[in-house]
Amino acid sequence: MKKVVVVGGTKGIGRAVVRRLVSRGDQVALLGRNAEDLAASAADLAARGASTAPATVLMDLDQPESFDPALEQAAQALGGFDTVVVTAGAFGTQDALEADAAARDRVLTINFTRTIQFCEAARVRLLAAGGGTLCVLGSVAGDRARKPVVLYGATKAGVAYYVNGLDARYRAAGLKAVLVKPGFVRTGMTTGLPEPPFAADADAVAPAIVRAIDRGTPPCWCRCRRWWRARPRGSLGSHPASPRSRWSLPP
Amino acid sequence: MTAQALSGWGRYPVVTADERCSEDLPAITRDVVLTRGLGRSYGDASLPARAGLPIAGSRLADRVIAFDRQTGVLSAEAGLTLHDLNRTFLPHGWFAPVTPGTSFVTLGGAVASDVHGKNHHSAGTLGRHLRRLRLRVGTGDVVEVSPEIETDLFLATVGGMGLTGHVLEVELTLKRVPSPWIQGETETVPDLDTLIARLLEDGRTWPYTLAWMDALGAGGRGRGILFRGRWAEPGETDGAPLVWPREITFPMVLPNWALNPFGMRLFNQAVVTRHGRRVRREQTHPQTFFYPLDSLLLWNRAYGSRGFTQYQCVLPRREGSALYRSLFTTMQKLGATPYVVVIKDFGAQGPGKLSFPMPGLTFSVDLPIDSGTQRVVDALNDIVAAEGGRIYLTKDAFTRPEHYRAMDPRVDEFNAIRRRWDPEGRIRSALSVRLLGDAA
Repeated sequence: MKKVVVVGGTKGIGRAVVRRLVSRGDQVALLGRNAEDLAASAADLAARGASTAPATVLMDLDQPESFDPALEQAAQALGGFDTVVVTAGAFGTQDALEADAAARDRVLTINFTRTIQFCEAARVRLLAAGGGTLCVLGSVAGDRARKPVVLYGATKAGVAYYVNGLDARYRAAGLKAVLVKPGFVRTGMTTGLPEPPFAADADAVAPAIVRAIDRGTPPCWCRCRRWWRARPRGSLGSHPASPRSRWSLPP
Repeated sequence: MTAQALSGWGRYPVVTADERCSEDLPAITRDVVLTRGLGRSYGDASLPARAGLPIAGSRLADRVIAFDRQTGVLSAEAGLTLHDLNRTFLPHGWFAPVTPGTSFVTLGGAVASDVHGKNHHSAGTLGRHLRRLRLRVGTGDVVEVSPEIETDLFLATVGGMGLTGHVLEVELTLKRVPSPWIQGETETVPDLDTLIARLLEDGRTWPYTLAWMDALGAGGRGRGILFRGRWAEPGETDGAPLVWPREITFPMVLPNWALNPFGMRLFNQAVVTRHGRRVRREQTHPQTFFYPLDSLLLWNRAYGSRGFTQYQCVLPRREGSALYRSLFTTMQKLGATPYVVVIKDFGAQGPGKLSFPMPGLTFSVDLPIDSGTQRVVDALNDIVAAEGGRIYLTKDAFTRPEHYRAMDPRVDEFNAIRRRWDPEGRIRSALSVRLLGDAA
């Protein structure tokens, strides 16, 4: 059983990842800035059968001074933690960010500076506890510059560089840094954007992300939603079934 | 932000629309006139009243608010899907009290359609199992409704096609099941008369029944297969854990000729031949039993780029099968091919003001769209209106307002309740513009 701290676990991909973690018995602390939202997500997880009630801790990713106290609180609630997942982020299309300097600065700051500041705070705690896994959401938009998401992609590319470096530097000390690069996922963040082929739902990428966390594989591309398979390999559907089940698969 | 092409499950009609999805459903429903769930209604029920009008998408608002493991009372945000609900709660012994033939529907959409399932004769529609709804009405206010509180608005919302307001939260009682497996039986029947008689007979002892009819083969006698099932008792199963099947996506839109009467005839023949004459009994996966097509995502692409419509009507019980056969002879006369025909007997009518089911037999027929579809639907509606039946709005894209009014005089009371809560007539959809006289 893992003890996982999640930033951004109430929405989008984070919500799907947290549900999956909780469904297999992991203990979770949700970090976020909206108490009501956190409580609603905790209630959702509890109603779905979380073995222990998820902890909730107030933290604003835009307030670096809130990072350490929040991680401390999460550690107390969970009795220490071994995994930190960062799925929160800001988004804007290139058009929107070019038109609005404040929004642009917010995306640049939250996705790059604040995310890395938070990861640094998490790194220190994980290393102090003897290691663990730090999973950060990048994007395929950070691999290749794309016209509609240049600035957003740049922040994700920066984070990718950081996570790769972190993994190289600290893996021997027991800290695995995992970078996940989803493709187009239908979430509140991408709503209204023209949908490319092979767009996926958050539920479809969550298994790949959890698997990447378990294995500590840097980096993990999980836009790999091939047309003949709605779910990535290794998701729940591929457990060998009992012999009488209609849906049994060869082991 | 940008317009996308939206359509219902039948891929017709297609409208450019601006669908806004968010986890925060109360926020996105503030300024829009319609909420759409997973878009599984077949026609224009989930489409905006005119192209470009923004609508809210509820599917990301899928949190469970509370679940009582003793009583099975579940409250959840309207975007929770039956797919998610069943996978989450069936392992704990709870299942949707009523489910349509797909689990890819949101709770909000299921309420708006007042969905029925294989257990209509024993359990009624979903509306019978609802305890409370949270609605944003046309004035923008958020209202709690239940069978006791604001009863009229509650009953208008159940089966009200989303036209009384935005469903934000749903509270319902789940069904406790003894095991996660279905004890199922299937049996072939030689003709429509036998099929109807046996369907009604099975309904007396089986909680779940349905019939599939082959309208093309065997000289059009209406041979078919009866499906019946009940939840298996724990002692009957081998204790096998339930594993949900993997889903496969239909890869592309097939050419319009790919599904044709000849191919369908062969397919139907294969189904009947493969089944054989005897009764088959087996422990069945609930996915196979309730949602045979759900493992094939986007199967509506099989009907080609023109799309298809599902004509579903209910007709009162009549002696013999002449009335029911007239549906198929009409289709045949007009050159339409009834591809997939499903028949189900309905029990008593529920209290929903615009709810579809009424005592009788319901027929649902998949029709690929071509230039003659409008004429076919008109001709079928003539029969249904004359016989005192009605059509299912959730499946409809072609019915004319005159026909609809003739079939369903309840519409005036429904509209009166709507106006009370929405004096400016803000909440509307492409369907309400087409059939209920709303302004676009």
